[in-house]
Amino acid sequence: MTDQQQRDLLHDEVEAGTTTGLASPSVDVTSARQNSLWSDAWGSLRRNVLFWIGAVLTVLFAVMAVFPQLFARGQDPRACDLANSKALPSAEHWFGYDVQGCDYMANVVYGARNSLIIGIVAVLVVLVLGVLVGALAGYFGGWTDGILSRLTDVFYALPLILGALVLLRVGPSTSIPIINTRGPGAVALALALFGWMTAMRLVRSQVIAVKSSDYVAAARAMGASNTRILVRHIMPNAVAPVLVYTTITIGVLIAAEATLTYLGVGLQRPAISWGLQIAAGQDSIRTAPHLVLFPSIVLTLTVMAFIMMGDALRDALDPRQRA
Amino acid sequence: MTRSEIISSTEPAPTGAALLEVDDLYVEFRQRSGTVHAVNGVSYSLAPGQTLAILGESGSGKSVSAQAIMGILDTPPAVITGGIRFEGRDMLAMQPEDQRKIRGPGISMIFQDALSALNPVYSVGWQIGEMFRVHQGASRKEAKQRAIELMDRVRIPAAARRVNDYPHQFSGGMRQRVMIAMAIALDPRILIADEPTTALDVTVQAQVMDLLKDLQQETGMGLILITHDLGVVNEVADDVAVMYAGRIVERGTVDDVFTRPAHPYTEGLMKSVPQVEAKGGRLQPIVGQPPNLAAIPSGCPFHPRCAHRRLGAAAAPGRECATDDPPLRLVAPGREAACHYSEEVLGV
Amino acid sequence: MSEPTTGATAVSTASTAALSGARGAIGETLLEIRGLQKYFPLTQGVVLQRTVGHVRAVDGVDLTLHRGETVGLVGESGCGKSTVSKLLVALEKPTGGSIVYKGKDVTGLSGRALKAYRREVQIIFQDPYASLNPRMTVGDIVAEGWSVHADVAPRKGRLKRTQELLDRVGLNPDYVNRYPHQFSGGQRQRIGIARALALQPEVIVCDEPVSALDVSVQAQVMNLLEDLQDELGLSYLFIAHDLSVVRHISDRVAVMYLGSIVEEGTDAQVYTQPSHPYTQALLSSVPLHEPHLRGQKDRILLQGDVPSPADPPSGCRFRTRCWKAQDICAEEAPALVDRGQGHPAACHFAEARMVVPVEVAE
Repeated sequence: MTDQQQRDLLHDEVEAGTTTGLASPSVDVTSARQNSLWSDAWGSLRRNVLFWIGAVLTVLFAVMAVFPQLFARGQDPRACDLANSKALPSAEHWFGYDVQGCDYMANVVYGARNSLIIGIVAVLVVLVLGVLVGALAGYFGGWTDGILSRLTDVFYALPLILGALVLLRVGPSTSIPIINTRGPGAVALALALFGWMTAMRLVRSQVIAVKSSDYVAAARAMGASNTRILVRHIMPNAVAPVLVYTTITIGVLIAAEATLTYLGVGLQRPAISWGLQIAAGQDSIRTAPHLVLFPSIVLTLTVMAFIMMGDALRDALDPRQRA
Repeated sequence: MTRSEIISSTEPAPTGAALLEVDDLYVEFRQRSGTVHAVNGVSYSLAPGQTLAILGESGSGKSVSAQAIMGILDTPPAVITGGIRFEGRDMLAMQPEDQRKIRGPGISMIFQDALSALNPVYSVGWQIGEMFRVHQGASRKEAKQRAIELMDRVRIPAAARRVNDYPHQFSGGMRQRVMIAMAIALDPRILIADEPTTALDVTVQAQVMDLLKDLQQETGMGLILITHDLGVVNEVADDVAVMYAGRIVERGTVDDVFTRPAHPYTEGLMKSVPQVEAKGGRLQPIVGQPPNLAAIPSGCPFHPRCAHRRLGAAAAPGRECATDDPPLRLVAPGREAACHYSEEVLGV
Repeated sequence: MSEPTTGATAVSTASTAALSGARGAIGETLLEIRGLQKYFPLTQGVVLQRTVGHVRAVDGVDLTLHRGETVGLVGESGCGKSTVSKLLVALEKPTGGSIVYKGKDVTGLSGRALKAYRREVQIIFQDPYASLNPRMTVGDIVAEGWSVHADVAPRKGRLKRTQELLDRVGLNPDYVNRYPHQFSGGQRQRIGIARALALQPEVIVCDEPVSALDVSVQAQVMNLLEDLQDELGLSYLFIAHDLSVVRHISDRVAVMYLGSIVEEGTDAQVYTQPSHPYTQALLSSVPLHEPHLRGQKDRILLQGDVPSPADPPSGCRFRTRCWKAQDICAEEAPALVDRGQGHPAACHFAEARMVVPVEVAE
């Protein structure tokens, strides 16, 4: 066999891989550019319908949070008339009126700001704390892991609501910024501080699994630094399950805010939030079910939007899931 | 007695007396992404005392065909067609209940991964004894006694002491012996061994192969040995069927096939494997990759990798390798191969 | 470097020139391992861990690797051969002994010196599925070493060099943007080889590089490794359990049992005149491929299992399964020296014995 034939056959072999359907047509790019995980992930996200539904909903609620007046149909949430108390939805007032006779649609729209701030800030803090502590514990192991894991266990022992309740009760008498305000920031921090442990455990177990893989060994054998291994190899492979977990958690946290309000330590009137509305509406669920229904629907839509984006992102970050 | 009858008593029995006949067996897996054609028209028969090796690489369909015979494939997603006759009775037409009665006393199987095939929460003695309790209604005491006897038979040292040990307390080779003990507990007529020694070290492999051969001689059971290891086939089997892309591409006695392969794939395998008995020169690998069973090449499935292929005008009429699927045909006395140009490969 | 040219063959010659760099003389000693030990502590307890013993995974290994040669290290599972590979590429720290590379002990290295050593001694792993990051493109995987060792390849031409490397290992250079799962096992192993080559190493530790591959693909990868060695003057430490594969690729072979080397020599010495009982048993267990040689080999069936490396036998490690064992074997560990067979064997009663019928080839 001549050298040329040998070469052809070598390349035959590569083509054989193509004909077996192993190769995906989606990443056939000319050699001018080198793709990275992130650019490929974006390429795959762009073609995902679920991602776009989630994104559109998220943008809608975000705009609602920033410019509520655009959505309130000209109503002022605080212009109330007790005569309209608990009036049912009508063509004029789509969501009806609340107990105090305020336009309910305006209230729900204006509630987006506080609820989203609490949900998103709390989830970001959960993500940062969980990933940071989990990654450190999982990667370094030994006594670092021992201390961080025991610390996590201590937090686990405190129920989310109880911990947040205590912190928000004590908060205003301290001089710690944010915590002493009782605003949405304080609620978000209180919820995050007692809700990051599951994220930490998820990250830790993933990191431990990835750490012992051969490709991490290969990177170490190459002389790659700890930072590089964590950032390039371990994190991309460890964050996917956490992303899905955190998107679901947004809804849990927004709902938990309602519980805190109910217990008298969360946001208090005249603040407006979905949590407040759901909590208040529960008292009159028989006579005016729309008071619980409408804030619950928007809350559910918000949570769904985040879950859809989280799912799409997880799939996009996993090359094996891409079409 | 005529001469031919004398021969037939030592040679593999004629089809009438076969223990197992597999006839034009097809197995497909219907999946969302497409249909995977795992087994595509496989036929063979097995006589008592015969050792048939089924040789192939991953994805050749060698294990799936055995699992179809054992009736351990989930249908769906698997779709099985063709005939599987055990002592003349069609197993595919049977009620599941009757099929189950054949598994164990009729046909049994051992797997590559003994650790995952054994239940970690029961002692090995309990698991071996279960065969007697379930199939023969033996008492616990009796079952344990017979488990010890079996463990002795598969040469597990100090069987009486180890009968209460759990799978994780045994080494890989010993676990494989426990599996063999379970498989032969009910004196099966056929034992299917699916890569029984692939996970084992070479010294342990030799022990386990010896054990299987001895057990076969004692009981006269038929042995189907599924493996990718040419050396194991050469040392253990009487006959060999070489599988590629879900079909048998060559069949014959081990001596014939290994000395003068008639199919280019078999020939390629022989040349690509280094041997312990000689240093040899440069290896001559088969080019390319094994085919994807969801998209098997047209014509002869091996033609994209074949060194003897004839395409287009170079081919004889009706024997174009990329379009005409070669049937498994008699190419020399006692030799079958599925290649248009076997005579050329044989050098006849 | 040659002038800029077009065409696949030209690309490959250019890459070869760029890859090999300046080399020392073939045959000089590159790597010398002396008395290498690795003990893993056995611990009990969750919070307060206490050490209850040690697994002696590697216990006194001596080995020398010369430039341009392939040394095969063969043994069964649990004999410590994989730990040796991890020690060599500094993925584990040895408990004792020394690894001398180009005249310098590298066991205590750290920081810049360790990084420099790691560039020159690379590793290829067994499992082609676990050894590539599923979330990195093939191009990123191959080029990662250059992000760590920026001096090896200037940032500008990296993509082109990645493609040259892919071409060199027999993959289509246009596949830089694909992900590992889009390749078969053999192709992935080629990617792993390209990653190791990217740093222009002197030594590549091959840890069972073909055992996870199909028979017909094994030969492709072994041929590639041989070609690369011829072109680039690489030295291989080739670790495997498959005696046929080791014989094919190695110039010298060391046989390992329970943490130490029991016999060492050229491939012809070890395979045709095995002198240690364990080597003899190992060779006699290998099934032969030739029908006419069937039944001609000397059958030695070992009894029992390998003892636990946490509690190895006194004296000679193999004595519990050895048919030649006498009192002295329990008292005195035999040294790895030549006892008149022409090559060293660690047995008090070393004696050459032909186990495998040999065909004179070539």
